[in-house]
Order: sequence, then C-alpha cells, then structure tokens
Amino acid sequence: MTKTALFALLSHWRSQPLQFAALLLGLAAATALWTGVQAINSEARKSYDRAAQALGQGTEVRLVSVDGGGIHRETFAVLRRAGWQVSPVVEGTFQTGAFQVQVRGVDPFTLPPSAASPDLLDQGRLARFLDGELILTHADVVPGLTALGLSAEIVPNVPAGQAMMDITAAWDVLETSNFSYLILTETRTNGLPALADLVPQLERITHEPEGDIAQLTQSFHLNLTAFGLLSFAVGLFIVHASIGLAFEQRRGMFRTLRALGLSAGRLTALLAVETLLLATLAGALGIGLGYLIATALLPGVAATLDGLYGASVAGSLTLDPTWVASGFVITFAGAAAASAQSLYRVATLPILAPAKPRAWAMASSKARPRQAVFGALLMLVSLGIAAFGSGLVAGFLMLGALLFGAALLLPSALNATLRLLSPFVRGPVFEWALADTRQQLPGLSLALMALMLALATNIGVGTMVSSFRLTFTGWLDQRLASEVYVTAENSAQAQDVHRFLDDQADATLPIRATSTPLMDQPGQIFGVVDHQTYRDGWPLLTSSNSPWEAVAQGSGVLINEQLWRRTDLILGADLELLPGWVLPVVGVYSDYGNPKAQAIVAQSDLLGRVQGGISTLGYAARTGRPSELRDGLITLGVPAGNIRNQAQVKAFSLNVFDRTFLVTGALNLLTLGVAAFAILAALTTLATMRLPQLAPVWAMGITRAQLARIELLRSALFAALTFVFALPLGLALAYALLAVVNVQAFGWRLPMHTFPLDWLRLLILAILAALIAASFPALRLARLAPSRLLKVFADER
Amino acid sequence: MCMGCVWVVHHMCPAIFVWRENRKPGVRALYAGRNPVTSCHMLLTVRDIIKTFPGDPPHPVLRGVSLDLAAGETLALTGESGSGKSTLLHIIGGLEAPDAGQVTLGGASLAGLSDTALAQIRRCKIGIVFQQFNLIPSLTIAANLSFHARLAGREDAGWSAQIASELGLSDVLHRYPEQLSGGQQQRVAIGRAIAARPSLILADEPTGNLDEDSADSALKLLTNLTKEVNCALLMVTHSPTRAATMDRTIHLSKGHFA
Amino acid sequence: MSVRVLLFWLSMTIAASAQSFAGLGEGADGFALPKRGTAFEFPRDYGAHPEYRIEWWYVTANLTGTDGREYGVQWTLFRSARAPRIGGWRSPQTWMGHTALTTPEAHFAAERFARGGIGQAGAAADPFDAWIDDWSLTSQGSGYDGLRMKARTAEFAFELDLTAEGPMVFHGDNGFSVKSAEGQASYYFSQPFYAVSGAIQTPNGQMDVTGHAWLDREYSSQPLGRTQSGWDWFALTFESGHRLMTFALRDSQNAAFSSGSWISPDGTFTSISDGSITATPLRTSTVNGREVPTEWRLEYPARSVDITVSAINPQAWNDLAFSYWEGPVRATGTHIGKGYLEMTGYE
Repeated sequence: MTKTALFALLSHWRSQPLQFAALLLGLAAATALWTGVQAINSEARKSYDRAAQALGQGTEVRLVSVDGGGIHRETFAVLRRAGWQVSPVVEGTFQTGAFQVQVRGVDPFTLPPSAASPDLLDQGRLARFLDGELILTHADVVPGLTALGLSAEIVPNVPAGQAMMDITAAWDVLETSNFSYLILTETRTNGLPALADLVPQLERITHEPEGDIAQLTQSFHLNLTAFGLLSFAVGLFIVHASIGLAFEQRRGMFRTLRALGLSAGRLTALLAVETLLLATLAGALGIGLGYLIATALLPGVAATLDGLYGASVAGSLTLDPTWVASGFVITFAGAAAASAQSLYRVATLPILAPAKPRAWAMASSKARPRQAVFGALLMLVSLGIAAFGSGLVAGFLMLGALLFGAALLLPSALNATLRLLSPFVRGPVFEWALADTRQQLPGLSLALMALMLALATNIGVGTMVSSFRLTFTGWLDQRLASEVYVTAENSAQAQDVHRFLDDQADATLPIRATSTPLMDQPGQIFGVVDHQTYRDGWPLLTSSNSPWEAVAQGSGVLINEQLWRRTDLILGADLELLPGWVLPVVGVYSDYGNPKAQAIVAQSDLLGRVQGGISTLGYAARTGRPSELRDGLITLGVPAGNIRNQAQVKAFSLNVFDRTFLVTGALNLLTLGVAAFAILAALTTLATMRLPQLAPVWAMGITRAQLARIELLRSALFAALTFVFALPLGLALAYALLAVVNVQAFGWRLPMHTFPLDWLRLLILAILAALIAASFPALRLARLAPSRLLKVFADER
Repeated sequence: MCMGCVWVVHHMCPAIFVWRENRKPGVRALYAGRNPVTSCHMLLTVRDIIKTFPGDPPHPVLRGVSLDLAAGETLALTGESGSGKSTLLHIIGGLEAPDAGQVTLGGASLAGLSDTALAQIRRCKIGIVFQQFNLIPSLTIAANLSFHARLAGREDAGWSAQIASELGLSDVLHRYPEQLSGGQQQRVAIGRAIAARPSLILADEPTGNLDEDSADSALKLLTNLTKEVNCALLMVTHSPTRAATMDRTIHLSKGHFA
Repeated sequence: MSVRVLLFWLSMTIAASAQSFAGLGEGADGFALPKRGTAFEFPRDYGAHPEYRIEWWYVTANLTGTDGREYGVQWTLFRSARAPRIGGWRSPQTWMGHTALTTPEAHFAAERFARGGIGQAGAAADPFDAWIDDWSLTSQGSGYDGLRMKARTAEFAFELDLTAEGPMVFHGDNGFSVKSAEGQASYYFSQPFYAVSGAIQTPNGQMDVTGHAWLDREYSSQPLGRTQSGWDWFALTFESGHRLMTFALRDSQNAAFSSGSWISPDGTFTSISDGSITATPLRTSTVNGREVPTEWRLEYPARSVDITVSAINPQAWNDLAFSYWEGPVRATGTHIGKGYLEMTGYE
C-alpha cells in the first residue's frame, strides 16, 4: 500500500516535468549558492590557519635594523657567539613576467621549531635544502617555479604564494646578500652582553603577525555568508511555491488515496519521504553546482583577501566534507521549511475537501493582509535596529528585517498599485487584463518576492560598489599625487636616494614609518615633511583649520578614518602615539584598503621619538619624467621592486578593488537568474490553472495570440512594478551597506552616489528576464489547441 | 517614460493595435444599429457538417448536419448526451472547425477564416451563454455585463442599464461574481451576451446548473430579450420542456438530425 | 666512539657509496680515509679536519660539589661534512653541539646547530679553540693540556677548568681504531687524565665543583656497518688511577664487536681485542618511555676486572633531535671508580 501510494504520488512529477524541474532546480540553485559561499569561506579559513601556523602562532621577537634596511650577515655570528640565539631570515618578492612568489630564506640550523620549520630530518633532505635543491612551497606557486627550472616540493604548512628555501638560495633568487631580520628564538637573555654594545645598529622589536587575519577578514566572510543566505532565501521562495502548487494539484489524488484507506499520518509521512528524496537529489546537484561556482569565484576572492588584508588564500579548492555536509543540511532544512505548511495542510485535510487548485490561490489572497501586517512589523523592527542597534550583526539583522519585511509587503503593494492603475486603463481587454493580473497575484507573489529581493540586492550592492569605486578612484588620484615612490634598503642607500632625488626630482617627500599599536589596535605612525602636495590633495574627511601646519609644527596628528571610526576620537581629542607622546587629532583622512590604524605626524618628531624603530625608508617624488627617475634609482642600486610609479600603484589598487567586488557581482547576477527562473516556474505552473479564466474570454472573441501577448505584457508589467518597489528598497540596502556594514566591516564610510543609468539597465534586464520567463508559457498559450479551451466548458459540466 | 519602456511597449504589445483596430469607425458603422444583420433572409445556414474526433477508432460526432436559422428565430437543439450538440454549437460559433461542410453567418462563410477573423465574428456577431456561466471573476457585475459589448465596440450605457434592470441585477452591479447566486450569475451571463447586440446567441445548456425556478426565469429572460433585439437564439438542451419554449426544436441523434 | 655514529644524519645518502670504497686511501666523493700508521701532527690535529666526513670533540666530566653530591657534565661538538671543503655560507661543513648536566635527581640537555664557514661554530688548532655559539672549549696553555670548558643554556650553565695530569692516549694501533670486523676505522685519541675545577649552575643555583674529565677526539670518513644497530660505551676512572675505555657495537645480525683500552696511571695502555671483555646488562630502567639498561656487569678477565657499573641518575636521557642515554656512572666490585656511560640505539 505504502509503496503503491508513493508511486502514485511520484507519478505526479512525470506528468509535470517542468514543475519537477522548477522544484529541483530551485532547491539546487539555492543550495549551490549557499554551498559555493561556504566552500569559499572554508577554503579561506583553512588558508588562515595555515598562515597562522606558519607565523608561529602569535608574536615573534625580532631584531631589525635601526635604519630600516637589511642586516649585514656578519652580525649573525657575532650575536650567536655572544649567546644571543637568533636565526636569520631574508624575505622578498621574486617576480618574473606575471609570476610572483614570496621568497622566505631561512637558516635551518637555527630556525626555531614551529609548524613552519621545514621537516629536513629525512634522508638527504637537509643536504638538498642547503644546496638549494629543495624548495618548500605552497601548491599555487609550483607551476611557476617549475617553469623556472626549480624543483619545488609542496608542503602543507607553507602559506599560499610562498616558497621557503635555504637563506643562501634565497640570496641568489632575491639578488641580495643580507638579512631582512633576525628572529630571537630564546628571549631569556639575562646575563648576555647588551645588544646595544654588540650590535648598535640593531634593535629588538616584537613583531605582530599581520593582524589577526581571521578576525580582520571575518566581516568579509560574514558579508559573503549573508549573500549566500540571501540567495538561499530567494531559492526557497521557488521551492515553497513549487511544493505548495504540487500539493494543491494533487489534492484530488490525496482525496482518492485517503478514500482508499491511507491514513492522514501515513500520507503525510509519504509526502515527507518524497520531499526528502527530492531534497537529496537537489542537494547533490546543488553541491556540485556550488563546487563549480566556488571554483570559478575563488581566485577572485583570494585576490581580494590578499589585496585587502594581505591574507593569502589558496586559489584552488579542495572538496571538504564539512561544507558538503552543511550543503545537505541546509537543503533538507530548506525543503522542510518550504514544505512544512503544505504537509500540515495535508495532515489536517478533511477527506472530502474539494479538489480545486484555485482555492489555494484564493486562500493565499486571503493571507495577504496578514502577510502585509507581518511585513510592516518587520520593517518597523528594521527601523528600530537602525535607530538603536550597533555592530555588524545588528547591521545584517536590520538588512534581513528590511528585505523580508519588504518582500512580505510586496503583494499588497502590487495589488494596491494595480487597483490604482485601473482608472487609467482604457478598453475592455486591458481592463480585463489588469483585473486578471490582480487575480494572478497570489500565485505569482512568491516568485515576485524573489525577483524583488534579487533586484534590491542588485541595486543595493551595485550602488555600494559603484559609490565605492567612484570615491576610491577620486581618492587614489588625490592620495597618489606623487609620480614615483621609492623604498631604500638601508640608511646609507636612503641618503643616496635622497641626494639623487633632490637633484633629479621636482620635489622629494621623505616618508618614515614605524609600527606601533594605536589605541590598542595594530597601527603605524607615518612621519612626513611639510609639503604643498599634502595640502593640495591629501583627502581629508574632516579637519581643524590648517591641519598640515599643525602637523608640521608638531602640534597635531592626523589619523585615518579606520582609527577615527573605531575609537570615536573626535577632532581635538588627545591621541597617545607612544608612551609619553600625546598629540591632539587635527584631521581625519580616508585610507581605503588598509586594515590598520594609522597616524601622520611631523617626520622630525617621529625620528626624534623613535630612534631605532623606523620600518620604512620611503620617498615620494614629484617628477615629470618618472621612467628616467626610475632608471637612475636602479643605477643607484635600489632594487627595481622597491620603485613604484603612480600609474602602477593605481592600476594595482583598482585591480584589487575590481576583483574584490567581482564575487558580489557574480552572486548578484546568479541571484537574479534564480529569480527569473522562479517567475518561469510560477507562470508555467499557473498556465494550466488559468485556462478556466482564459477560455470564456477567448470564446468572446479574443484570439489566443492576443492572450499570449497579454501574458507577456503582464509579465513585463509585474517586473517593472516590482522594480519600482525594489528601487527604494535597494537604495535603503545600499545606504545600510555603506553606512553600517562597511563601517563595521572595513572601518570606512562612503558617500552614496546614485547611478540612474544602472537602474535603467537593471529595469530593462528585469523586464527582459520576465519576458524571457513568460515567453515559454505565452508561446504555449498561443499554440494551445482550441479543444483544450473548449474542454473548460465541457469539464465543468 | 524611458526610451527602453517605449520600445518595449511598442514592440512587445501588439495587443494595443488590436484594440485600436476594434475602434475603427468602419467596424463600428458596420455593426451599428439595433439589428445589424439584415442583408440576408437566413441569418445562419449550416450545410452538411461532418466532424470526427480523432481516436482509435475515430469517433464520428456529426455525420452531415444541416440547419437554417432566421433572424429573431429561436431554436432548441436537443439530443442525448454525447450526440454532438455542443460540438455543433462550437462549430457554429467558430470555436472549432468542421472536417467538412459549411457554416454561413449573415451571408459570410466561416470556412477558411483566420483565427483573428473568427475571433472578430465571435466578438461582433455572436453571444455565448455557458452552462457554467463563466463570468470573469476579477471583474464586477457591471464590468462583466458590458464586457462583451465593449469588446465588440458597442458599449451603450443606457442599454446596459436597461438590461441590468430587466434582469434584476441593478442592485448587485458593484459586486463580484463569486458573491452572487447561481441564478444571478446566469442572468449576468445572459445579459452579457445580449448587451453586445449579437445577431446570434448560442446557449449551451444555459439552465443546466440552475434549480427549476431559476431556470424558468432565466430562460424566460433569454427568450424575451432575444426577441426584443431581434436576435436569433440557438439553445442546446436535453430538456424537452425547455425545448418546447423555443420556436422550433430539432433533435440530434447519432450525428444526424432525427 | 659513540653517539657520534648518529652524526651520519647529514651523510646517510652517501653512506652506501662511501662504504664500498672502504679501505682505499680516498673515497670517490673526495673524503680522506684513515690509514694505519699515519703519524699525528700537533697542534694541527687539535683542530678540525674538514677533509674527513665526521669528527668530534667529546668531554665528559664526573664532578663532586661542595655539597658532597655527584654531578656529571657532557660537552660535545660534532662536525659533519657533505663534501671535503670549507667555505662561507655555502660551506658543506655543519656543526652540532650537545651539552648536558646530570644531578642525582635531574638531567638537563641542550643542542645547537650551525653551518660551517660563518664563524658560528668551528675548531681552531692553534691556539686550540672549539666552539658553537657561546659554548666553547678553549686552550688555556699548550694544546689540550689546559682547557676552559663553557656552556650556557636557558636551564643550566657551567664553566670548568680542565688540567691534564697525564699524557694523551692513542687507541688501537697508534690512534688507528678499528670499528668493525669488516674493517671500518677511525682516528681515535683521548686525554683521560683531566683534573677539573669550576662551577656549575642549575635551576637550584650555583655550585663549585671538582672532579675529573675525559676528552675524546675522533675523526673518520667511514660509517658503521649497516647492520650495526647501536652502541654501549664505557669510560671509567678507577681509584687505583687506572682507566678503562670499552665499547660494544651491537649488531642485528652478527655478534657484537667490542674493543677498548686499559690505561695505566702513567698513560701506558693495552688495547682490548674483540671478545676479550664482556658487558652484560643487569637491570633496565624505563627512561622516556623506553627500556634502557642502566646497570651493567663488566668482565675483563685479563686484568681481573669484574665490576658492576650503575647509573648515578638512570634518567640521563638526552632528549634531543638525536636522542640517546648519556650520564655519569659508579663502578663497584673488583675496582671502585666513576665514569660515563653512553648508550645509543635504544630509541
């Protein structure tokens, strides 16, 4: 009995292949977007863990050159023989053509044991490592190294983009011969000769690993997760609609099965089993699709994280059981959520309930006011959170409440709009079409909600990204006023560079920086010299009168927006830069793309306060002949990698920027596609149910072709109206993203710009999507055999 | 409106043009007046209609049926269930094409006409009353009443009001079909057909879903109104009693008139 | 001698090829091989021999504190080469230092590594100075006669003065010491007559100590036989003034190969041939999760020696990258004395 009944239930899908496809693809698409995002997140997390291990977990005490340059290699034995247990490291970027690798040269004899120390105890490995024949790398740089004729071995604890080799091999690759720094491996140094006596040119610093990458990027991943959830929600609308329709269409069958002796409980259980089967199928499909999506998007995400946070993430994906499992869990949860209502109805269905599919639509229309009230409540909640909440989670909650509230309000809003439109419609055909459109609203509302969410997300994220890009390019232009940027290797070279630039460039702006916590956050202090370039172009968000003069006189400090927003420092407030060095904040500058706190002070003051801790020996130069300047600097002995010109930096920054939002753009488009599919599915399913409405109109003299055109027009109208409602919602979303989420996630707030042309494009896209979605059912209608329509009159007899 | 929307509207909505065509003065003039069809002695001529439904074996429904109907005449078409009454009605209404034979309405043959032309004939010359009434649930009673007339381009507020009054529907004009009883709904369906001033009304078991009293009153209204507008009425019924109220009755049996 | 075997950590891959050339004057990879009858030349031979594959300076000291308790100190510097060259940062010479301090209750050990050629570690001949980082063994007079031995780790430190009270001893055939029945050999000489004074530092504080020490010098290019699995080595100083050095190379397939020297107080000595001395484990201790014999019976009938050798601290496990047991021992029986025991291959 059970088996027979299950077969009977499943036979429905054979007669409704499209509905089946809608259900399956809807659930699969929802799962795919979710799983894709999860896969990306989990891969990134794994990379962070690797990086954290490689950095030796936590802080590292280092000896660095006081003048910021390299450390001469003779100092190593001097320190070791004095009992200072140090291990030399040389770091640098090796680049040839498009291939780039972070080279880390170490001394395996003295490297402290950590997860990142190479395992060289096996036969001959140490010898090969010392001879430069063994390079330990992450998988992503192996092809590049192989192409260079180097034999690389993939080891799990080397971060992405890195190659670890013996220090002598690294010297060859990097064309240098000294150390970047020395790691102090034994910090219990009492009883040893003082460092200042031994090596006065070195100082001891505590090196913080590049922030806590996992924490820094947390908000980025939260962002992605939110997108994944939103996409999933859009997919669930489809599934809910499909399951609901399928249940309603099978009322007759349920009635028969019940009459034949199947208990309500058994029937419900069978339907649950059916849902489970479908979810399993869709889950597997969705996870596969999700894997493909993640594979396609991961390189972009990796580039983003690298560019934005300096977090190395592998560009390739491994199939991880965790997110596969999470994909199935969310598929089952989604299917359960989408079918719960229908299952409940079946469980409580009286045996002799009428088998009228339309009743379902009518019942839905009765639910509309309830929905609207709930929607309005959610909007109020959203407003409440906006007014009183704070933090990233509150921001996302606000967005969630706003979006779902708006979605629930949509059917009522569309209904009201259609009612308002009716006085302006002339002619019986259009009057009927409009009235009929309202009639169709309940059946389409879920798909339209999905479309609205997709459109709003599109508008919101699009506005955010475009606003950001506009602001960012303007900011780059201001910030990168100088044409050439040079970093000297050591103080001797710095003097050469300075002399050379004074001679050759139109203006020389030396920059010195030190790393130090600012208000308990990882930060940097930059020392600049007074120059018109800063006054002309440096992008200040807010400032007191003549802030640059205050900085030059040593009576003020400029801070970046990140520090400003995270600490609520106001203009005039005192900021302790170093113990005992307090200056009032005289201005705030925007500093996109930098996760750290930053402050700008007069260079002479910085040098006076921090003798040994200068980590950057930089120069910005104004010149009309950047390439000649570059050549001259190279002749001077500055490594080519230390010279960057303005165009290069801008191109790089914009590239990072664009790749950052490639992911959101792709997710956006996918979501819109899913919504269009929802419309197709809904219209196709509705088409069969609508024949009783169409047949009399046809009999009264409206051709099938006309009816089909009306269907198309109606679909376009729905899309356009939905767009109208999505627009303010999208702008609200953009505002929330710019003013709440971005501030929380990145530490900067952006002015909102609107892009009406983009909206127009999106409107056309939405209408096109709706037309494409409607064209299949419309075509079917235009070609419908008259006998099918006549059957309407016969069937009801 | 943006250029994109204008483009979409003009290219994607030929329905607009169809509607405009309906409003051409020529069309209006052609069907103006209380009885537009006067040019021919017989309003409807049906000759040797043959219709076979496909199947295995094929099922012949009409095996050469002929009839004539004059303007203002009422005719009852009776027969057993499955005798082909409805099919004949559909063929006369241009809703279905015969395998052979000819239908001439107002002197013009329906044979070979395009979908659009057939639709125009249904719109302008024929009124249909269904057993299930088939009102448009999304429109009010008033809109339902005038719907066909407006499709035919013959809206006449006074005439609609008169019909509503005669049918006893004046009080429910703002309501929706689902709020009306079956008898009321059928009266609306009758009114809808009459209001369009067709030359021929086709009624398929118009009283089949009504109780006796409602059926009597509805049928009375139908015959009275058709007489009043000099319209021909072809009614399919299986009830000899109802058939008796018509001018003539013909009986269809096994695809032939008895 | 001894743990030094493990020094093949760098030359394992070439061990097989080196072995096939055993007996020739020079290996195919360019390393010099020990030759019977070669005369030592000092001060040159105090320092490093980069043309040989492996080499070590190995000091063990039995000490008594002013508190009357017994202590042991080990100071070792190993050299290993991948090629018989010297050179700067790319030098194929590598160095490893081990140092340990044993008290009756505790055992501390530490290690250091260095590449050769950069000054971090080395062994100069004249004046003699061997060092790795701040651990050093430095001549205070002529050659090995007077040495200062220093080491410092996070847990312990020592600074000891070693004064030779007898001549150096050249084991085997005038310093040519055979290590297996197959003929592998090394150059091997010792200074077993050091008197020691100085101070040690443990987590409990500083302690002045006196005692005696034993320096071993050995270099070679030949690894052990492939089936030799480990090594038990004894260096004992008896109250009579005699010294006994003996080692047994355990073999997984053949009988153990044993050898040694019986040294008179005046420095004259007798080589102990294979099989003429027996070492029998009497008791094992669980050390760092493994069973290690920490009490032995030594029988050397030729000199009427029948003694029990037992560890002062059975837990003297050098838990380093290359781990082994090394600690001070006490001898009782026909002869009373102290010394050092080293056991490898019990991992």
